[in-house]
Amino acid sequence: MSRTLYDLIGLAAGVAFILALKGLSHPKTARRGNLIGAFGATLATLVVFFYANPGSSLPLNHLGFILGAIAIGLLVGVPAARKVQMTQMPQLVALFNGVGGGAAALVAIVEYLHLGAEATTAEVIFTVFTVIVGCVSFSGSIITFMKLQELMTTRPVIFPAGRFIIAATLVSVIGVGGWVVNALGTAPLLILAGLSLLFGILFVLPVGGADVPIVISLLNAFTGLTVAASGYVLDSVLLIIAGTLVGASGTILTRKMAEAMGRSLFGTLFGAFTAKAQDSSGAAEDRPVKSGSPDDVAILLNYARRVVIVPGFGLAVAQAQHTVRELADLMISKGIDVAYGIHPVAGRMPGHMNVLLAEANVPYDQLLEMDEVNPTFGQTDVAIVIGANDVVNPAAQTTPGCPIYGMPILEVNNAANIIFLKRSMRPGFAGIENELLYDPKTMLLFGDAKASLTKVVSALKAL
Amino acid sequence: MEPMAILSIFVLAIFVGFEVVSKVSSTLHTPLMSGANAIHGVILVGAIIVADHSETNLELGLSIAAIILATINMVGGFVVTDRMLEMFKGNKK
Repeated sequence: MSRTLYDLIGLAAGVAFILALKGLSHPKTARRGNLIGAFGATLATLVVFFYANPGSSLPLNHLGFILGAIAIGLLVGVPAARKVQMTQMPQLVALFNGVGGGAAALVAIVEYLHLGAEATTAEVIFTVFTVIVGCVSFSGSIITFMKLQELMTTRPVIFPAGRFIIAATLVSVIGVGGWVVNALGTAPLLILAGLSLLFGILFVLPVGGADVPIVISLLNAFTGLTVAASGYVLDSVLLIIAGTLVGASGTILTRKMAEAMGRSLFGTLFGAFTAKAQDSSGAAEDRPVKSGSPDDVAILLNYARRVVIVPGFGLAVAQAQHTVRELADLMISKGIDVAYGIHPVAGRMPGHMNVLLAEANVPYDQLLEMDEVNPTFGQTDVAIVIGANDVVNPAAQTTPGCPIYGMPILEVNNAANIIFLKRSMRPGFAGIENELLYDPKTMLLFGDAKASLTKVVSALKAL
Repeated sequence: MEPMAILSIFVLAIFVGFEVVSKVSSTLHTPLMSGANAIHGVILVGAIIVADHSETNLELGLSIAAIILATINMVGGFVVTDRMLEMFKGNKK
C-alpha cells in the first residue's frame, strides 16, 4: 500500500473521529456518532497492518504476538464493558482511560529504547511528556477507580505536609524529565516513569468524592494529549489529530462539568496543593430526626397534588429505577402531577440519572433539569429524595467554606414536605452533614431504596 | 514531517475539538467523555507500529503490553458508550 493511500485512510479516520464527537454532543445522533468513531478506529487499526512504516514489508514483524495481544485485549475489554452494571460504569470509564494512558506511556518508552541515541531533542521532549502524563493518567485513574468502587475511602485523603510532598514530587518529575532530555538513557526514563506514577497517586488522593468525575474527565483529556505527542514521535498524523481532538474536547468537557457543579476548574486541579483538613461539625448526629413508615409516606403522597422525585446514587445502587417508575405511574394514575428533578451531577457522573431512568423507560418529558424544576418546588407538596444527599444540601447555598459551597442544588427545601429515602444517617459522597434531614417538614424512610419503594407502592395501592 | 505542518494540524485540531463539543447538554456529558475516551484508544495504532519494529525482547514485551492495554481502552470504550446510549433509545420525542 502506498504512503499516500495510507495517509488518506488515516485522514478518513480522523474525520470519523470529528463526526463522532459532533454526533455524541446531540441526543439524537449520539449513538450513531459513537458507531462512526468505532468505525474510524477499526479502519485505522486495520490499515496499519498493511502499512506500518516506510520500508516495512508485509506481513508485520511479530504478527503472531500482535494479533494475540489484540485478542487478549478483546477478551478482557468486551466482556467487562458488556457485563458492567449501570452503577459501575463511571469507574469502568476511569479504568479504560487509565489503561489508555498506560499504553501511551509504554509506546513512548519502547520508541525511546528503539531510537536510542538517534532520537532528536524534540522527539525526546515529546517522549518525556508522554511518559509523565501517561503515567499520571494511569495511576491517577486507578485511584479514581478505587474511590468510585469504594475500595478505599471516598473522602479526600489529606496527610500532614501533603502539599509539600506533592510539590516536591512534581519538582522531581520535572527535574528527572530534564535529566532524561539531557543525558538520555534507560535508567533515568524508568525513574521518571516511577516518579510520575507516584505523582498521579498523590495528585488524586486529596480529591473529594464529588470532584472525582471532573478528575476522570481531566485525566481523559491528558491521555488525549499523550496520544497526540506519540503521533509526533511516530510520525502519524492520525494520532496527532485524534489525540488533540480528545485533549481539546476533554478540556472543554471538564470545564463544563466543573461549571455544572459550581466548582472552579483551577480549584479542582490544584486542590491537591491547597487542601486542608475540614472542621467537621460533630455532635450533629445526636439530634432528633423524624422517621416514618412506608404507610406514612403513602398517605402523604396520596393527598399530594404535585410530587417531585429527586433520584441520586442510592437509586442506582439499589437498582430501584423500575420500582420508582412504578411508583410514579401509580401516582399519575391517581391524578397526581409527577416530575423527576434531575441534578446534572446526581449519582457519580454527569447524566448518570438520565441514563438510569431511561433504562426504566421513564418518559423523557417527565425528566426536568435543575433550572426547570427549581422554580416549581414552591408549588410542590412532596419532594421525594431517593438516595441523594449532596445535590439537595442547602449548605451549598448557606455555608461558605463547606466543600460543596457554590454548587447549584435542587431546592427541595422549598417544597411543603420532604421525604428522604436513605440507607442510614451517613452523610453523602462529599462527606458533609445535611441540615435538611433535621428539618421539621422532613420525614425519613430508612432502608434499601428498592425495598422501601416497593413497600410504599403496595401501601399506596391499598389506599 | 515538517514541524510547521504538524503545528498547524495540532492548532487546527484544538479548535475543532473545542467547537464540536461546545453545545453539549449535561445529559450527554458521561457518554461524550466515554466516547472521547474510546477515541484515544487509537494509540493501539502506535502500539502496533512500535511492536512491528521492536528489536529486543524488552521492546517487544512492552509493546505487547501496550497493545493489550490499548485494545481494552478502544474496544471496551466504544462498547460501554454504546451501552450507555442504548438506554436513551426510544425515549426521544
